Amino acid sequence: MIWNKLTYTGWGRVHRATAQVARPERTSSLVAIQAHTDAPAFGMCRSYGDSCLNDGGHAIDMTRMDRLLGFDAETGVLEVEAGARIGDIARRFAPDGWLPAVMPGTGFATIGGCIAHDVHGKNHHGAGSFGQHVVEITLMNGGKLQKVSPSKNVNLFRATVGGMGQTGTIVSAKIKLLTCKGDIITVTERRIENLDHFLEALNNSQSTYTVGWIDATATGEALGRGILEEAETGYGLVPDAKRSKPVPFNAPKWALSNPVVRLFNAAYFRRVPELGRTSVKPITEFFFPLDKLLEWNRLYGKRGFHQFQCVVPVSEAGVLRTMLDKIGNAGLASPLAVLKRMGPGRAGLMSFPKEGYTLAIDFPNRAGAEPLIAELEDITAKAGGRVYLAKDATLNPVHLVKMYPEVAKFAKLVSEIDPDGMYETDQTRRLNIRSHA
Amino acid sequence: MSETWIILGATSSMARAFARAVSRNGAQVLLAGRDMKDLEASASDCSLQGAKIAEVVRFDARDANTFAPIVQRATALEGMINVAIFVGSMPTQDQIDADPSLIAGTVTDNYAGPATFLQVIAPAIEERGGGTVVGVGSVAGDRGRIGNYVYGSAKAGFHTYLSGLRNRLTRSGGHVVTVKPGFVDTAMTWGIEGMFLVAAPDKIAADILNAVDKRKDVIYTPGFWRLIMGIIKAIPERVFKKLSV
Repeated sequence: MIWNKLTYTGWGRVHRATAQVARPERTSSLVAIQAHTDAPAFGMCRSYGDSCLNDGGHAIDMTRMDRLLGFDAETGVLEVEAGARIGDIARRFAPDGWLPAVMPGTGFATIGGCIAHDVHGKNHHGAGSFGQHVVEITLMNGGKLQKVSPSKNVNLFRATVGGMGQTGTIVSAKIKLLTCKGDIITVTERRIENLDHFLEALNNSQSTYTVGWIDATATGEALGRGILEEAETGYGLVPDAKRSKPVPFNAPKWALSNPVVRLFNAAYFRRVPELGRTSVKPITEFFFPLDKLLEWNRLYGKRGFHQFQCVVPVSEAGVLRTMLDKIGNAGLASPLAVLKRMGPGRAGLMSFPKEGYTLAIDFPNRAGAEPLIAELEDITAKAGGRVYLAKDATLNPVHLVKMYPEVAKFAKLVSEIDPDGMYETDQTRRLNIRSHA
Repeated sequence: MSETWIILGATSSMARAFARAVSRNGAQVLLAGRDMKDLEASASDCSLQGAKIAEVVRFDARDANTFAPIVQRATALEGMINVAIFVGSMPTQDQIDADPSLIAGTVTDNYAGPATFLQVIAPAIEERGGGTVVGVGSVAGDRGRIGNYVYGSAKAGFHTYLSGLRNRLTRSGGHVVTVKPGFVDTAMTWGIEGMFLVAAPDKIAADILNAVDKRKDVIYTPGFWRLIMGIIKAIPERVFKKLSV
């Protein structure tokens, strides 16, 4: 059968959708599906909010189209089907000295998803966004294949990268891998005492990969304290990455209650010695730290969680203090909070990256979480920043134009390709994206 | 030492997973099926996963003329010749009730075609003094049930054939693994109601490879299906005939 009625969620599990889902295994089946009912595609559903959902409609699960189609060892260009997972590609090619130029925080993200959200990684300040390393995309809409690239069908390329599937199904892509020294990574960790020191350390970092963990429960003098991780790939031998273990059930509410998170964060902060430390590990442990715990979203219990991620311009770094203050006082933060310096690199009309600082924080879906996120979104908008749509489940549509000034251009192009709104998702409807055409 | 895996029905997701697994071990793979364009994509994948050689060959269970060229290509390659058969089709019992002529095709796809191919290639396997045949049957072949007894009977025939072939190939150092998967999450079962304990194709592929290494004769995959089918087979016929399991 082509269609299977399924209920599924984004990674945050706050929103769910019941849709008729098709799961093609080859191009010819995808043609047959689109001839029947064209629909938005999704991959591993690692986006947090509702960008992969189409409640009451149809959707195409691309995870079975996951083959490597070709690799040119001269240029490092890999052609791969959209359902292939970035972590599998890293594990396959790192021993040969190649890595995807940009990798998001989970290895389970598919190539299609990485393109559709123009994801960034711990090297954004140097390497830019994922889409900047995409050489060509094979798109299918209305059962017809077409190629788009930075030099061919440029407008469609720029609408597809970061375009959340609104231009059709990404079938496959050619992506440029970068050379790396090998499949191990040297990571230096050091404690950072407060927000000012953090911003300074991020600005001064010379490393290829840089990321900061912050203790979002810290207040007062310690506000913005955390751990800075800087890393470089290398070669040599380390023990294999440990096998992933699943979280067996939904955690109870107290598991991530404020006192528990406070204690955990304080211990996590002190885990790194005062003078810092350097360790060597398999690359996957650095790039995809949470993948060791399969289905870790269950830690937030049945009600799920939100991740708020914004980027604010360098000149507006002060608002980070306001945000962290509000977060610390609200007592809602989880252990997962990340601060990073972002470069200007972006490849699509709706891409998230922007020169500045990006802050990402998880909040369990409890009373008070959505109002707090709404406040943080307002602050972000006022500061001239933007919210990451791959994480979003709550953004007020009034902020959209300011955050994404090219949305009108995007909506216009998408409406031409898809006048009947077949590719619309719960997110595009919620944000009223097509109304900007 | 090099070895060749001929994979019949290579477009199926179980076959793809198995082809990937043997490619990672550096095998020579011949991907056989009808959708040549799709097979080409799988062949590229196999090469990049580590296959020494990855080629596509046309195979149609209903066209015996496609068999000989595959045997020729395999015998031109060095090393043991192994065959893994993932061919099959499963019209619903309702479709068959409406059009009984569908039975011929079902029997050809699940039994007669693969058995004919194996009969053609068996001498080549024997000549090399080893080699493994993996035949993918089904738990549906263990007992005729009201829901899909035509498909089940074709698989049962295939099981019996594999048992005989095992008896034959053992004499020349070869081996036959009969694989009885339970519900597997494939395009064939997608959207069919009443599926439970559905296994991922990767899990099935890993189980098959393990059975090949250990020279097991008959495996259920996932393993708990041995228990389920043990119970189903133990039900006396005069009771079973009234059930709709």
